[in-house]
Amino acid sequence: MNSKNKNYVIKINEMHKWFGTFHVLKNINLEVGQGERIVICGPSGSGKSTLIRCINRLEVHQQGHIFVNGIELSGDLKNLEAIRSDVGMVFQSFNLFPHLSVLENCTLAPIWVRKMPKKDAEELAMEYLERVKIPEQAQKFPGQLSGGQQQRVAIARALCMKPKIMLFDEPTSALDPEMIKEVLDTMIELAETGMTMLVVTHEMGFAKKVADRVIFMDEGEIIEQNTPKLFFTKPTNDRTKLFLSQILNH
Amino acid sequence: MVFDKNNYAPGTHPDLPPPPGTVGVVGWLKNNLFSSLSNSILTVLSLYLMYLLIEGSLSWFVVDAVVNANDKPGCRKIADGACWAVIVKRFDQFIYGFYPLAERWRIDISFCLLFFAAAPLLYPDIKFRKYMLVLSCLYPFIAFILIKGGFFNLLMIETNLFGGAMLTVIIGVTSIACSLPLGILLALGRQSRLKLVKVISVCFIEFMRGVPLITLLFVASTMLNYFMPPGTNFNLLIRVIIMMTFFSAAYIAEVIRGGIQAIPKGQYEAADAIGLTYWQTTRFITLPQALKISIPGIVNTFIGLYKDTTLVVIIGLLDPLGIGRAALADTKWNGLSTETYLFVAVIFFISCFAMSRYSLWLEKKLSTDHN
Repeated sequence: MNSKNKNYVIKINEMHKWFGTFHVLKNINLEVGQGERIVICGPSGSGKSTLIRCINRLEVHQQGHIFVNGIELSGDLKNLEAIRSDVGMVFQSFNLFPHLSVLENCTLAPIWVRKMPKKDAEELAMEYLERVKIPEQAQKFPGQLSGGQQQRVAIARALCMKPKIMLFDEPTSALDPEMIKEVLDTMIELAETGMTMLVVTHEMGFAKKVADRVIFMDEGEIIEQNTPKLFFTKPTNDRTKLFLSQILNH
Repeated sequence: MVFDKNNYAPGTHPDLPPPPGTVGVVGWLKNNLFSSLSNSILTVLSLYLMYLLIEGSLSWFVVDAVVNANDKPGCRKIADGACWAVIVKRFDQFIYGFYPLAERWRIDISFCLLFFAAAPLLYPDIKFRKYMLVLSCLYPFIAFILIKGGFFNLLMIETNLFGGAMLTVIIGVTSIACSLPLGILLALGRQSRLKLVKVISVCFIEFMRGVPLITLLFVASTMLNYFMPPGTNFNLLIRVIIMMTFFSAAYIAEVIRGGIQAIPKGQYEAADAIGLTYWQTTRFITLPQALKISIPGIVNTFIGLYKDTTLVVIIGLLDPLGIGRAALADTKWNGLSTETYLFVAVIFFISCFAMSRYSLWLEKKLSTDHN
């Protein structure tokens, strides 16, 4: 297998996943290059979140192969820890640790997983908090921040591990319209640094602006993938056309 | 100045103070005591009832009470209120049991040191916490040496001389301090993916919860000897403390399990996603949140345990309740059960109320979800 091919940071081969007897992901084949920015869209229940959750093994696939940075995802805990510390993830519901301050949220993993001295970790965290434009909130607790601020902290927390890949699972779906923009702006800035990103989102404006490739999923299958320009102007599959007409014309 | 609500152009309305009489003391009285005619009547009526109650009991408790007398008839000769003389004459017993008079300073010192040892554990923000924690770690040994003796020329005191409030504190504090970590381990064990660990935890918890504490104490006092090699003399007090610890650890485990299960799944996913291991997740994410949620339940269990220490009377240890019963059995004080039991109640109320207030303070301190 050419999984060692350096151009691909993620390679998924004939991957299947079931929830009980429900076939949620069907024969997924996907290759993601270094620095590539991919937007995954599709109707709810189409398996897009499950797909990116398989990439850091929050969900376990039952068939096929997933390679991240050339390492195959398996039950091997050593491999898993190595992969997880290289793959950052941002969740729809932020999932910040409510009992820790913003700064502690960001320094926890660098200190205990990367074994970084506390002082260095705090400097690093402040650097990323400045990049997501909330350094002044460092001593506050997540519950004291707005949704948009919390999500930016979550992005900073993931970045503090200096990941090679960032996964975004509907990062703006739980936000008020006013706050969506601040999170998207942060993500656009991140994209400009050359980070490899897989983003599950319904923000088609973001897809048009940032994505190298848009993937459309339905009922557990990848139906269509193309550059944003062609995807939005010349969709080939009927289901894609229907989906686009529903989300773009309202 | 009277404001007309139409005086302001849209977008220029300033923040105004609330109308008079809705905030402060007057506002509170109005809202809580005199909000309607029927509530005002109830307030006045309650105040009158309180007056009757206090006036009536004051004469018994204080005005007609006797403090200095040698027996009950002596009390009655002076006045017919409460005869506190029984407490005064036996006060030392209520506190120290039958601990030798000349050695009681050892108890006093241990008790005072207990506050210094407990402070850094109970108040995380205290000054010099690091140094005080050293004392906390050494305290069990210091207290053992001081109270039990047998080292450094300290007279060895047999544990059957222990009694009174001191016995309650020894059993209560030791069992509380040991049952929290044991309870945490059992709660984690019950959630474990390792089958054997899980089975052992479940069996232990279900057995301890399924058997009355009295039964466990009887087992401790009588049956355990059958399982020991002949001739071994395993101290009764230690046996009792072990049983108490096991019993409350089982309850604590279930309370903490409830706390663990209340943590949203997203917390574990976030911990996994940043690469934390199981033990790191447990230490930094699961336990801090689970323990915080469980504080009311944990303290509930501890207060229950503390009060259950009175059950040791049944196997012949004399805690304050036992001392009280001994006093009542004395012909000199026969029939003064109200005074005696009230005093014992006060001893327990002080400790239990302190625990309850501490838990409220801790909950407030750990709360992070408000501005």
